[in-house]
Order: sequence, then C-alpha cells, then structure tokens
Amino acid sequence: MSIKIALAGNPNSGKTTLFNALTGSNQFVGNWPGVTVEKKEGKLKGHKDVIIMDLPGIYSLSPYTLEEVVARNYLIGERPDAILNIVDGTNIERNLYLSTQLLELGIPVIMAVNMMDLVEKNGDKIHINKLRQKLGCEVIEISALKGTGIREAAEKAVALAGKKNAEPAVHKFAAGVESTLDEIESRLDDSIPERQKRFFAVKLLEKDDKIQTQMKSVPDVSDVISRIEKEMDDDTESIITNERYVFISSIIDECCTKNRKRRMTTSDKIDRVVTNRWLALPIFAAVMVIVYLVSVSTVGTWATDWMNDGVFGDGWSLFGLVQVPGIPSVLEGGLDAIGCAVWLKGLILDGIVAGVGAVLGFVPQMLVLFIFLAFLEACGYMARVAFIMDRIFRKFGLSGKSFIPMLIGSGCGVPGIMASRTIENDRDRKMTIMTTTFIPCGAKLPIIALIAGALFGGAWWVAPSAYFVGIAAIICSGIILKKTKMFAGDPAPFVMELPAYHMPTVGNILRSMWERGWSFIKKAGTIILLSTIVVWFTTYFGWIDGQFRMLEDMELDHSILAAIGNAVSWIFIPLGWGDWKSAVAAITGLVAKENVVGTFGILYGFAEVAEDGSEIWGTLAGSMTAVAAYSFLIFNLLCAPCFAAMGAIKREMNNAKWFWFAIGYQTGLAYVVSLCVYQIGSLITGGSFGIWTAAAFLLVIGFLYLLFRPYRESSTLRVNMKGMAKAK
Amino acid sequence: MKTLREVPCGQNAKVTRLTGEGPVRRRIMDMGITKGVDVFVRKVAPLGDPVEVTVRGYELSLRKADAEMIIVE
Repeated sequence: MSIKIALAGNPNSGKTTLFNALTGSNQFVGNWPGVTVEKKEGKLKGHKDVIIMDLPGIYSLSPYTLEEVVARNYLIGERPDAILNIVDGTNIERNLYLSTQLLELGIPVIMAVNMMDLVEKNGDKIHINKLRQKLGCEVIEISALKGTGIREAAEKAVALAGKKNAEPAVHKFAAGVESTLDEIESRLDDSIPERQKRFFAVKLLEKDDKIQTQMKSVPDVSDVISRIEKEMDDDTESIITNERYVFISSIIDECCTKNRKRRMTTSDKIDRVVTNRWLALPIFAAVMVIVYLVSVSTVGTWATDWMNDGVFGDGWSLFGLVQVPGIPSVLEGGLDAIGCAVWLKGLILDGIVAGVGAVLGFVPQMLVLFIFLAFLEACGYMARVAFIMDRIFRKFGLSGKSFIPMLIGSGCGVPGIMASRTIENDRDRKMTIMTTTFIPCGAKLPIIALIAGALFGGAWWVAPSAYFVGIAAIICSGIILKKTKMFAGDPAPFVMELPAYHMPTVGNILRSMWERGWSFIKKAGTIILLSTIVVWFTTYFGWIDGQFRMLEDMELDHSILAAIGNAVSWIFIPLGWGDWKSAVAAITGLVAKENVVGTFGILYGFAEVAEDGSEIWGTLAGSMTAVAAYSFLIFNLLCAPCFAAMGAIKREMNNAKWFWFAIGYQTGLAYVVSLCVYQIGSLITGGSFGIWTAAAFLLVIGFLYLLFRPYRESSTLRVNMKGMAKAK
Repeated sequence: MKTLREVPCGQNAKVTRLTGEGPVRRRIMDMGITKGVDVFVRKVAPLGDPVEVTVRGYELSLRKADAEMIIVE
C-alpha cells in the first residue's frame, strides 16, 4: 500500500524547493478539481510507494481563502499518513502559527525547520530539542536550497507515516479556553475519531461555517460560545487566534536565541532602495521596460518569428551556414511525392500543421517571459510590485500584480493571460484573465492601421484611441464585474507578506518556466488546434454551381464560412457593418486577429495585401462609413480574442462555466460598445433618430447604472467544493 | 483611541485590540497582529497606500483602511 505524505507550510518558506528536491523529476502537476489552485504531487525519490502531496502555501487553516480551504479539505478528507510541515527558520514565530493548527489534526507531523544556513548566518540559534519538547513532534533542521537534512526529514516522515496514530497535541491554551474545548469535545459523537476531536472542537468553537459540511452530526455549542465570549470579552475566533500566538510567544524565547546586535540584512538594504518612496516607481518602470523589451520586443519576437516564419514557414538558416527548410515545405514535398489527395494535403498543411504552428509559435516567447516571471516571483520582487501598484489597481477590483499581464498583453494576449498565474487571489486573477485581452495586442495593430488608413486618412488619433478604449474597457469592466454576483462573493484582503529577497536557483526557475509552458501546450493546445482545423474546413470547402467541393484561395466567397457570414451578418446591422464580408472578416479574426486584413483583401479581390491592407483602402472606404468602420474596429478589439488566447483563458480558468462567462462577457461588451458608438456617432454626424438609437441610449444608461451602483464588499468565501475531498 | 493608521513611519506601537469582523480581521490576526504584539511602521508605498510594517520579525504590508481596524496604544 502506498504512503501519502502532505507537504504543508507557509508561502515563501521554501516549500517548492523542498518538494523539487524530494521528488526530482517525478512530478505530476495539475489543478485541484474545479478551482484555479495548482495541485502538485510526486513520488519520493528512492521510494516507489511514497507519494508527496504539495499543498498550497498557506498561513492558516481558516475558511476564508481558496488555498486554505483546499488544503484543509485535503487534510481532513483524504487524511494523509503524515504531514511534513516546513517552517522558515528565519521567520519562525509566524510559521509556528500554522504548525499549532496542523498538530491538532490528529495526523502525525514532522517539522522541518528550513533555511538553517541563513539562521546561522544571521547569528541566531534555534534550539531544536526545546522545540521538539514544546511542540511534541519530531523536528529536523534542513536547508532545502543546499540540500542538507532533506533525506533525513523524508526518511523520518516515512517512518512516522507507518505509525498511523499521532500523539495528541501537547500545546495548551488558557485554562478557561481548555475547559470550554473539553466541554465541546464531550458533545461530539462517535462519528469523529478520538484523535480528531480536538480539531473539530476548535473549529466549532471558532464558528467555522465550512467545517459543518465535513461532519455527520453537528452538536449545538452556541451556549458554550456565548459564555466564553462574555467571559473573555472577545469573539471566539479571535480568542483562539490569540491563544495560539500567546502559546508561541511563551515558548519562542526558550526555543530561539536571537542575535541582539542585528545588523541590517542584505534583504533590508535592497528593500530600502527598491521600495523607496522616490526610487520605487522609476525602478519598477525600468524593470517592466526590461521585461517587455526582452520578452516581447526583441528576444520574444525573434523566437516567435523563427517559429512562425522559419520552422513553420519558409525555413531558416542555422548560424547562416545551413538552410533548414520549414516544416510545411518539407511536408508538402513529401505529400506531393506520395501523390496525396489535394484535400488531405490541405487538411495536413493548412489545418493541422498551421494549427500546431499556432500553438507552438507562442511557446518560445512564452518561455522567455516565464523565466522573467519565475525570477521576479522567486526573488521576492513580485510581492513588491503588488505593494507598489496596489493603490491604482484595487479600485477596479484588480491586483497590483495585474499590471504585468496587461503590459505583456499589449504585445500578445496569450502570454499575458498566462502571466496572470502570479496573482494569488482567485478573484483578482479571474478578473485579470477576463480583461487582459482588451489591451490591443500586436496582432490587432494591422486592423487599426487598416481602419485608420482607409477611413480616417491615417489620422494620428486612431491608434491611441484604440489603446484608450482598451484601458477604459478594463477599468469599467473591473468596476462593473466586481459588483456582480459572480465576483462579489469572495473577499480579497490585501494583507500580504513581503518576503525577504533572495537569489533563486536556476533549477527552480527553469522548472517553473517549463511547467507553465507545458501546461499551455497541453491544455490550450487542443482547443487551438481543433478550432484552426474547423475554420480551415469552413474556409476551403463550399458550394460552387450546386456542387460541394474544395475551393481555391480566391473562391472564399463561395465557402461555408461565407454562408455562415451571410447567415449571421444581420446581427451586426445595428453596429453599422451588416454586410457578410465584414462578418466573415471578424470570424477569421478568431484564428488570428491579423487575418481580418487579409480576409478583407481576398473578399475584395486581392490575393495578397500589405499588412495594413493599403490596396483595399479605397474599396473599404466606399463600402462603409467612418463611424461604422470605427464600430467595426472597436468590436474586433474587444470581442473574444483569437483561439490561442481563448485556449489560454480556458487553461487558466480551469472551469467551463468561467471560460464561457469570460468569452461571453467580452463579446457582449464589444457588441454593446460598438452599437453605442455607431448609433450615437451616426446621430451626431447627421443621422436620423431610430429605434436602435434609442436602444443605444438605454444601453448607455444601463452601463452607467452598473458602473455607479453601490455595493458592499462581501465577507464570505463561496467556494463550490463539490467534487473536492469529502469527509470520511 | 489611536489606530495603526495614525502611527507615523519609523515608530513602534503596541496593539491593544482589533475592531471589525470577518475575513480581513481574521487574516490580520493570522498574520500575527494580535493583542499585545509590537508593530513597527516601516514605510508607506510610493503612492501613499498600503503601508509596510514589521511584526514578529517579518515584513507585512496592509492597506490603510485595514490598518484602521488595529487599535494601538
């Protein structure tokens, strides 16, 4: 039978480093069912039958954050054979707070005090024997970074897991609290095993509303609660929290000797500069510029171009010596040689290979970005980003860390969405995922150039206005969405640890980069590939003279896609561009936004147009008004992003309902804004007042209501825990 | 009644009580700001909010609005 050991500890305690050291490459990374919290498990090196479960980094077992609820449901429901509790030795007081809660679970606990090398360097001492005695559990000194003590900790955990039954927790609270807990314990029935009684008693005393779903029968303890609350003049939740810290304070002086003459640590010195009142913003701007320049503008673009135009294009040259042909031309040659049917060749080259290319094309750029993100997170700067930017972003229901996804999103939305992974808070993260693609990405620039050139004589203000619309959409969406039912449920306290700076290891950064990149390929890849094939099919097949067959490039107007465009174009009449050509162009934009220009080119009779479509400016200007064109532009900027970005959204939301909500919201917003712009714009430029104009004004009023209606921040976490660990 | 919000940068304060309720209050307490603990206000973010404090030997940032829940002497 296999043994399960849960790895639990505070964020920034070196848990990931320890997990990597314990399991090596034997890891499985996924998500906890239905939520965006990452789930990692792996086999202990040298033990085939020992599974290490890496719980999310948590500070407490409270019912208020997603990570904590996930972790405690696992601990209560799945009951691992042992808990390996990693504790940051440089920050032991607060780290022990979680330990006091883990010790009450009735599961054997072994404590690994990490960063012992730093503790010694600071001149502090931790008396392991005292700690062992006061907490009543095995304690081992380790340094996850240097790899010392790790094997010993793992072996002890395995040995402990074999014992099954934990010693009861030895730490005690004040006499009054203890007698109350005894009373509650006596009311618990036999469905709760003896060694778990203390945990459930504490939770009941805390009025923890999520614990009751884990219990078969819940005794009524309200009389005990009101008695002790009166006695101690505080609510029970605070009483317990206080008692834990009082206990820790009472043992901390015996267990640790702090170096009295504490000099400023290197971390303090760095922080003095980096979050300095005057220097913080310039330094932040400089860091962002570097991240953007390297991962989006220079190295990232080279990598993407190499992938798209080289490997999946016309070929590339290796160090200027050997010309390596692109995959499509090699395949085409091969398929021609074996006399492959034209349609199959089309499917393979224009459908599958193009689809795979679309997935892999983003990967190199993303990996470059992920290296930066992993570094910024691991070294401790990411927490400072949130600290510096919080004031601006929290007004729109976003996190200070949302800045990075949006910045990256101005280059490409796909890595932008993936960058939202760095935001811990579930609500902020979902909001960021939904709004990041409103920022015009690189692929939307040709559409802007087309509209600006064709209808506005290349006016300077069109491009800035597109960015303005994008930013306004983010701000308004943030304000509107945070008041909706979907978001109002979850509290988002910003009480955040600013961890000490430290140099991350290369191994950890590369591992983090690869995990994120791979999860994009795996999870987002399928949806991108499938949709590319579907669009390829609808583009290249259709009816000509009553006969269904494969089409040439220039016969697009006979395709299934054109038929779809014709069928749906009426939807866009209120937006001012109800002809089927615009509808088809918008649909092909879903494959990649820059396709919009090329599709217009083909539909207007050009096999190939320049990136800004200058050949068709005249025709386009003749077929729609300036207001309609601007409405078309706004629709394409705000509506559902390309399939690759949708794949990324699906990956990051990890939930079908949320994915469709995001796509639906984006498209709905695009429709409403375009409609208002067209209708009100037409009225101003001398159009008549019609039913749609009235609708536009109503929509504006509704929009303003949603924007300014009052709301109250909720205080309970509403997590659907169906399918998660259930009580046994 | 003085709250942590009113404590200027570079000064210590002793926590006497926490007002308010719910997750934010619990989170503040989980992070170690409980009755009787010493809090050192270290700095204010460049845009004026949040603040950074040292408590129980580590750095914590919290918003000024939340700092109002912490009564100090």
